[in-house]
Amino acid sequence: MNYDFSNYKFDFVKHRKKYFLVSAVLIIAGIISLLTIGLNLGVDFKSGTRVQVQIGKTFNESEVQQSVEQAGLKPGSVTTAGDKKDMAVIQFAKPIHKDEFAKLTKAMQMKYGKDVSLQESTVNPIISQELARSALYSVLLASIGIVIYITIRFEFRFALSSIIALLHNVFLVITLFSLFQIEVELTFIAAILTIVGYSIHDNIIIFDRIRDNLKHAKLKTVQDVEDVVNYSIGQTLARSINTVLTVVICALALYIFGGESIRHFTLALIIGLIFGAYSSIFIASQIWVSWRERDLKKKKMALANNEA
Amino acid sequence: MIKWSRLVTLLVIVAVVFATVALTGKKVAMGTTLGLDLRGGFEILYEVSPLDEKQKVTKQTLIDATKALDNRVNKLGIAEPEIQAEGENRIRVRLAGVTDQEKARDMIGKPANLTFRDMQGNILMSGSDLAENGAQGVLDPQTQQPVVTLQFKDPKKFANVTQKYVGQPMAIFLDEQLITAPVIQQVIPNGTAQIDGQKDIQEAKDLAAILNAGALPVKMKEVFSTSVGAKLGQEALESGIEAGVVGTLIVFLFMIVYYRMPGFIACITVVAYIYLLLLLQNLMGVTLTLPGIAAFILGIGMAVDANIIMYERIKEELRSGKSYLSALRAGSKRSLGTILDANVTSIIGALVLFYFGSSAIRGFAVTLILSILVGLFTSVAGARFLMGLAVRSNLFNKPSYYGVKERDIREL
Repeated sequence: MNYDFSNYKFDFVKHRKKYFLVSAVLIIAGIISLLTIGLNLGVDFKSGTRVQVQIGKTFNESEVQQSVEQAGLKPGSVTTAGDKKDMAVIQFAKPIHKDEFAKLTKAMQMKYGKDVSLQESTVNPIISQELARSALYSVLLASIGIVIYITIRFEFRFALSSIIALLHNVFLVITLFSLFQIEVELTFIAAILTIVGYSIHDNIIIFDRIRDNLKHAKLKTVQDVEDVVNYSIGQTLARSINTVLTVVICALALYIFGGESIRHFTLALIIGLIFGAYSSIFIASQIWVSWRERDLKKKKMALANNEA
Repeated sequence: MIKWSRLVTLLVIVAVVFATVALTGKKVAMGTTLGLDLRGGFEILYEVSPLDEKQKVTKQTLIDATKALDNRVNKLGIAEPEIQAEGENRIRVRLAGVTDQEKARDMIGKPANLTFRDMQGNILMSGSDLAENGAQGVLDPQTQQPVVTLQFKDPKKFANVTQKYVGQPMAIFLDEQLITAPVIQQVIPNGTAQIDGQKDIQEAKDLAAILNAGALPVKMKEVFSTSVGAKLGQEALESGIEAGVVGTLIVFLFMIVYYRMPGFIACITVVAYIYLLLLLQNLMGVTLTLPGIAAFILGIGMAVDANIIMYERIKEELRSGKSYLSALRAGSKRSLGTILDANVTSIIGALVLFYFGSSAIRGFAVTLILSILVGLFTSVAGARFLMGLAVRSNLFNKPSYYGVKERDIREL
């Protein structure tokens, strides 16, 4: 093996300020979006109303949906229940008013006859919110665990860069869901957890290679640091692209064929996976480069001061 | 020289893997316990509070309550109910495949304190005097009316009571609701009583089930419920499987086209991975849920990732001019550290999620940990072993078999 690190094909680190800028702009957009329009939370996270309609015969879910819409209401979902499949359960994302309930009753009776009976109950979002909160805390705690492990196996600079990239990915996925007002369901949490898992993988692979190459490198100048990183990213590039490609293929198949109920989930996954691959190269590695170079300059300054 | 023994061993192993999957794969897949979100059903979360001021809700009362609930739900004939105590004061009930929510809700949450009272309302006997499974919902042989028959533990006690109150009505209360107040016609020596006034035999049987299961030791308030239509869950599963098959096949195609012979070995290890993970989940009784499927896909991705990391390393070694065997050795050795570091980090993350996360997150974490371990076994150990056989057979002694171009190879 020759260790001529200046012999890389593409300069990944040269434009790192631009990558940081793009991410910063996206993050600011995300903060503004979250503060103003927020997330489009699904039924799981909102206090809403659940109405059970005893229809007394089998029915078509989409017809019920139509009747509800004709009553001027927006149903979150319509499902079939009951032993004889003669009961419709309509979930509303918002609590519905008495007058609205009366209208709904009328609409249902118009459609399915006088014997239709409706029962209303309120959905409590506390539990879903708790789940989201517990997921958030778990991710933060997991991050700490990961930082400790990477610090022991690698170094603190790698650890922190990885975690920043990881949180960056998660935040950008949330940002896109907010900007485009894509509905956030309980499954969104599972998607976020998956994204965390992949981000870490992507970062470790590159850092592992950087660490490996550092064994044969002498970092005297800023250029040395950049050479090693460029060289390492180039070496792992095929892996980075191929891995994200294989997983995105799976996720895309789920998105296309996986049915309505997991479409938002897979969408979050695809966005997160692509961000994960992107940020391992263009964020995590770049943070490390900047940090390492700053430390190098500091060391030089200290040396120069000593000599003087 | 082609070494046939290695080649035959390799082919036999591949054949065995495919044969096992083909012959038992369906059975293993069918044996998977599906969660609510995949096969329909509903889930209720109760908040538990003490019955009166004296009582305190402790871990033990919570466990007692889940046992009583389990007893009830089992008597409802629901397969595999999941009833868990959660946190300080919550009980989560998951009933897969249940369609009649209201009935189940009634059965689960109904308090059932059975008492026998005299005219003044003094309690003479209670549900705790019932013999084990002493309540039966039957048709009265004489009148053909549905009734609940009761058998008491201590016939003497009941005989004494009936002797004392003969000729008077004795009221039977379920909690504070008067069920029936038959007049005691004669002394009953054999410890049996009967509750009339049931609508049909099913109602009689349901009441008997509640009485047998006993009163709940706590008050329960429903704080959350969610339901998935059976059809919806079924659809989610079917389309999920379809998507999984399509996705996996495209990945296989990609792996074979890009990595050639090693890519083919990766496909075999992924097939083994999917099979083993399903088998392991069945053996451990892990319920497969939607987040579980997410972890499953993540696991497939990570397993393939391990292959890719190893193969990229081997390609690098080949390009640097090493022989096939030493490229394999060096490549798999050098990639091992990377793969282990990446996977150990993921396991640490998953362990934290498992330890601190709530139910849905836990399911995700369990499947993720299992899938990482299985993936390490198949895609690292398994792939390495199969690659060793393939390389040593000398059949694949051309760079193109490894997706490496001849002109990229440097002289050592």
